[in-house]
Amino acid sequence: MADKIATREAYGNALASLGEKYTDFVVLDADLAAATKTGTFKKKFPERFFDCGIAEGNMVGVAAGLAASGKTVFASSFAMFAAGRAFEQIRNSVGYPKLNVKIGATHAGISVGEDGATHQCNEDIALMRTIPGMTIVNPADAIEAQAAVEAAITTYGPFYLRFGRAAVPNVCPEGYKFELGKGVKLAEGTDVTIVATGLMVHLALEAAEALKAEGISAEVINIHTIKPLDKDIIASSAAKTGAVVTAEEHSVIGGLGGAVCEALAETCPVPVVRVGVEDRFGMSGKVPELLAEYGLTTENIVANAKKAIDLKK
Amino acid sequence: METTKLEMLKEKALNIRLGALEGIHAASSGHPGGSLAIADILAYLYFAEMNVDPANPKDENRDRLVLSKGHTAPALYAALAEKGFFDKDILKTLRKFGSILQGHPDMKHIPGIDMSTGSLGQGFSAACGIALAGKIDGKDYRVYSILGDGESEEGQIWEAAMFGAHYKLDNLVAIVDNNGLQIDGKVTEVMNPTPLDEKFAAFGWNVINIDGHDFDRIADALASARAVKGKPTAIIAKCVKGKGVSYMEDQVGWHGSAPKDDQYEQAVAELKANA
Repeated sequence: MADKIATREAYGNALASLGEKYTDFVVLDADLAAATKTGTFKKKFPERFFDCGIAEGNMVGVAAGLAASGKTVFASSFAMFAAGRAFEQIRNSVGYPKLNVKIGATHAGISVGEDGATHQCNEDIALMRTIPGMTIVNPADAIEAQAAVEAAITTYGPFYLRFGRAAVPNVCPEGYKFELGKGVKLAEGTDVTIVATGLMVHLALEAAEALKAEGISAEVINIHTIKPLDKDIIASSAAKTGAVVTAEEHSVIGGLGGAVCEALAETCPVPVVRVGVEDRFGMSGKVPELLAEYGLTTENIVANAKKAIDLKK
Repeated sequence: METTKLEMLKEKALNIRLGALEGIHAASSGHPGGSLAIADILAYLYFAEMNVDPANPKDENRDRLVLSKGHTAPALYAALAEKGFFDKDILKTLRKFGSILQGHPDMKHIPGIDMSTGSLGQGFSAACGIALAGKIDGKDYRVYSILGDGESEEGQIWEAAMFGAHYKLDNLVAIVDNNGLQIDGKVTEVMNPTPLDEKFAAFGWNVINIDGHDFDRIADALASARAVKGKPTAIIAKCVKGKGVSYMEDQVGWHGSAPKDDQYEQAVAELKANA
């Protein structure tokens, strides 16, 4: 397994490396270029980078105007201030007119760490999912982040790209081919399906190993594209295993867990147990401490996988 | 201004007012006060100022208009129909189910609409983005954005004002419909946004105060905006809400209610008589 890299780092690298191949996209930031890593792009393409200052609502509006003039636009900030503060601008100025704006949201979830609750956005997927036509991608590692950025450039329409602050290991297998809107089966199993996204994917793989040691066969599906959701891969796996556990670094309300419940309720009703941030705010701390406190751990996925299996009996 | 040009503009403004009221009356819904207030400005923009071609509404070199105070769409729709972007008959489908003429401007379905607006404060930011795109691409199109004085209570207006000056968007003109009224009353009593001219000047804009119903002043202001380099221009246009219809003028109650049949007939008669 390669060195750990944060997906935000991969985001900045992807913008910079794809800047030559795709000459018509521009990048906006709201005074966080050093943190969102759009600064990597800025250094290479200063004439295609525009700082909007600490004014996220205006940044999204400016992005809409640029897109209405034919540009592909990346607009970046922390998830809290992009999906959170600028929700209505994204909804009305980008989503409704279906403009080619890519919201590059970094520092999503609890793994923001020391900054604490005001900066830990566990609601962004839920917010973005409700916007008609919005594509949401939550990459699990650097390889997937790079691929997601390129897919966003080559696919017309509003995107919400969700990146993390914390370094994560690579989970994509060798020769991995990213396909927008397609889930990825990372492990085959028959007793329970673990559907994971983002930094929870590598924990899901660890959980599957731990379950295997106990004689439980777990299937692991990586859902990088949360909208449109690959309902087929989830439903066919659920039909096989009869029990599902979801894992995400996001509120259990309205995120991947919510989306999976909605999809399965209508296609293949089986017990679903959601691992994620329960209905509470974040707090300051180091990433491992926070992941433990909020149950975003291998152990908790294992425990909930067993719970899901029990529920089908 | 030459008499023939002035007469032409007056006729266009009259048709914009009539078209706006026709739609609002047919819909029994809409915003007549602000629509009548900006009719003269729209007449000048579409018939004396802007480089637009109804046959090629998406021409990448065209001038753009972003109606940030999107609720006055009936006037903009009437101006677009008058210009030939779509059939005038469509105006009476305003706000009706299945019509392209949505309650607020919709760039996806209405020819000539350059940005979907309606949520106050947002259009102005998009206008900044369109102006920036012009700078990036080295195009010489100009961008006009009509704001409300009540709308300027939105913080986003000032975020955009900061942005426009920072990036020296001298291809951008903000025209503030300074009619002094908003839904809950006088702007100075609801949440005083004045002095708008001094505020825009403090944000680094070239500022011009005019009477928004005087075509000579509108012409001078827009010409002067073209001449100013290195900064955007804000035209604070003193307008009368409900302009041209006696019982609507300066009446806050006509912000967002439609005239009944007899009121509509009176409005049409007055507008035509005074033309």
